[in-house]
Order: sequence, then structure tokens, then C-alpha cells
Amino acid sequence: MEVYGSQFFWLLIVIGIIYFFIAKNMVPKISKTVDDRQKRITDDLAAAQAAQDRAEQIEEDYRVSINNAKSDAVGKVNAAKAEAGKKHEAAVKRADTSIAKKADEADNALKVATATALTEIEAVAAEAAKDIVATVSGTKVTAAQAKKAVKAAF
Amino acid sequence: MAEKGKIDPMHQFEVQPIIEGFELFGQQINFTNSALWMFVVLGLIYLFMMGGMKRELVPGRWQIMVEGVVGFVDNIIATSIGPAGKKYTPWVFTLFMFILFANLLGMMPLGIIPGIHPFTVTSQFTVTGILAIISFSIVLIVGFWKHKLKFFSLFVPHGTPLPMIPLIFMVELLSFMVRPFSLALRLFVAMIAGHILIKVFANFVIQAIDAGGASILVAILSIIFIAFVSALELLVCAIQAYVFALLTSLYINDAENLH
Repeated sequence: MEVYGSQFFWLLIVIGIIYFFIAKNMVPKISKTVDDRQKRITDDLAAAQAAQDRAEQIEEDYRVSINNAKSDAVGKVNAAKAEAGKKHEAAVKRADTSIAKKADEADNALKVATATALTEIEAVAAEAAKDIVATVSGTKVTAAQAKKAVKAAF
Repeated sequence: MAEKGKIDPMHQFEVQPIIEGFELFGQQINFTNSALWMFVVLGLIYLFMMGGMKRELVPGRWQIMVEGVVGFVDNIIATSIGPAGKKYTPWVFTLFMFILFANLLGMMPLGIIPGIHPFTVTSQFTVTGILAIISFSIVLIVGFWKHKLKFFSLFVPHGTPLPMIPLIFMVELLSFMVRPFSLALRLFVAMIAGHILIKVFANFVIQAIDAGGASILVAILSIIFIAFVSALELLVCAIQAYVFALLTSLYINDAENLH
């Protein structure tokens, strides 16, 4: 019988120590460590998710503002182009008018000069013709006759 | 060793006093080899658990093992009993760790060191019996504390026809009363059978070598067999610890969450 008594006694002591010192004391701490780690991982993942969402929001905002700036710039460039075109046209028109005026004046001057030159040439030709006739045929031709012949020749 | 050249396979289970003790309630309490190995088990469990108490954020290998065992027991409780089972975790953990370490320590080849006689604490029916009785007492106390006399409805399953109730009640009561014995016997038999088997075949090895000649083949076969049985026993050690813890939590579940 002493075997059972000893077994009983020492087993209860050992089991008691395991129960009260290890299972009641150490196990909850270990469980807590695991839970804390799990909580930390969950929190960190949530924080990372939030940060990513914020980054995506910032990128989206950036894209919108860039797009706005781009369309703004295109509008401004187009307006400037239209303005420049208008100015250019006006300048060309003004230049055209002045050039046309100058060309008309030059034309008129040319016409006058041509007429003058023709009259002078006729006179010189008549004189020359009178001299040529006198030299060649010895006949005297009046100035009026020479003039008439020259006019006919022209 | 009863006779010269013979191995007594039952010798390893004998409880012998190491230090003469004292008398308590008319019982002689000695410090036995069984008690010594119980304290070795306690020391090993303590060392194992201390390795997991560093509580680092990034655990090392040892800490992962300890956290794995704790998580394993928590898991048994959570699946068998549910959230109400948290208060039983220390007891199930105590059972699981004590049985697992005692089983495994009994399988360690410590006998090759001269002067050391390994002893498997869980191969004593007294020990497994006490563990089973404590588990069963928890079931009874919790059951009658929480549900008073309604606890007897555990023995009448739902949908039992009225005339069958007395018979079913007796059958269920019987199966309920058998629980502590089956719990204790399962572990005790698994442990004692494996150890006897290994010892018997070890006996064959020695006898075959003594006989000499062709019987050396028997020795080689026996050694191979011992190797396989030892591997199987290591598995049984873990399974029996798991089964004891699992059944205890299932029985507690009956008391905690009466259907």
C-alpha cells in the first residue's frame, strides 16, 4: 500500500506545481506574447493599408492637377496663337496697302517717263531721218514730212 | 533482472523507495524512483517553458516551439469547449505537458548510462488513474454546479422516445461512469505495452547472441523490430498525450455546455 500513497502524494505535488506555477503563471504570458504579436501585425498591416490609400489619393490629386494645368496651358497657347495670327494679318494688310500705293506711283512715273521718252525719240528719229534722206538722196525733206514718216514707222 | 542472463520485462515498472519518507494519514510516504522521475519531468517542462519566456517580438526557434504547444492546447480548448473553456486551459495544459513529457522521457535511451534506471511515470495505473479522476471530478463539479440536477439530462439524448428513457438513461450513465477508467487505462496500457514489447525483444537479442551461430540473424531482426517499435512508440507518446487532453476537454464540454 505504501506505493500508492507515495505515488499519490508526489504526483499531486508535481501536478500542483505544474498547474499553479507553469500553466497558471507562464502560459498566459506566452499566450499574451502571441496575441500582442498578432495584434501588432494586424495594426501594422492596417497602418500600411492606410498609408497606401493616402499615397494613392495624393497621386490621384497630382494627376488631376497636372491634367488641369495641361488643359490650361493648351488653352492659353491657342489664345496666344489666335492673337498673334490676328496681329500678323493686320500687319500684312497694312504692308500690302502701302506696297500697292508705292507700286501705283512707280507705275505712273514709269508711264510718264515712257511717254516723254517716246516723244523725245520721235523728235530725234525725225531729225536723223531728215539728215539720212538729205545725205542719201540729196533731196531736202521738211521737218514736218520727216516727222510724219517717223510717226508712221513707229 | 530476476535471473542471470534473463531480463524481466516487468522490472522497469517497479516502484522502489529511494529515501525512506514519513507517515501521512497512516500512509508511509517514501521518495520513490517514480517520484524522482516525476520531478525530472517537472524540471524538463520548466526548462522548456523558460525557453519560451523571452517574449521577443520576433521569436526564436525555441520560443516558436513553446508558443506552438500553448497555441495547440488553446486550440483544443477553443474547438472542443468554445470561448467558455478558457478557464480550463491550465488543467488541460498541465495534463498534456505532463503526459507528453513523461511519455517521451520514458522512451529516451537513458538506460545505457550506468546507474540510471529510466522510469515511465505514465506507465503506472495509479498515476494515470489520479489524472483521470481529477478530470472526471472537474466534469462532475462543473456539471452539478452549473446545471444542478438538470445535469442528469446529459444521460437522456434529444428525441429519445418516452418508454426508452429509463433504459437509455442507464446505458448513458454507465458509459459516463466508465469514462475515467477508459481515460486512465488507455494511456496506461499504451505505455506499458510498448515498453514490455521493446524489453521482450531486447531479451531476444541477448539470448540470440548468447546462443551464437545462425541465431545471430534473430538478434539482427529483433534489433530492426525494436527500432521500428521505438519510432512507433514515439508517435504513440504524442498521440496519447493529445488524446488524454482532447477527451478531457470533450468531457468538460459536456458539463460546461449541457446540450
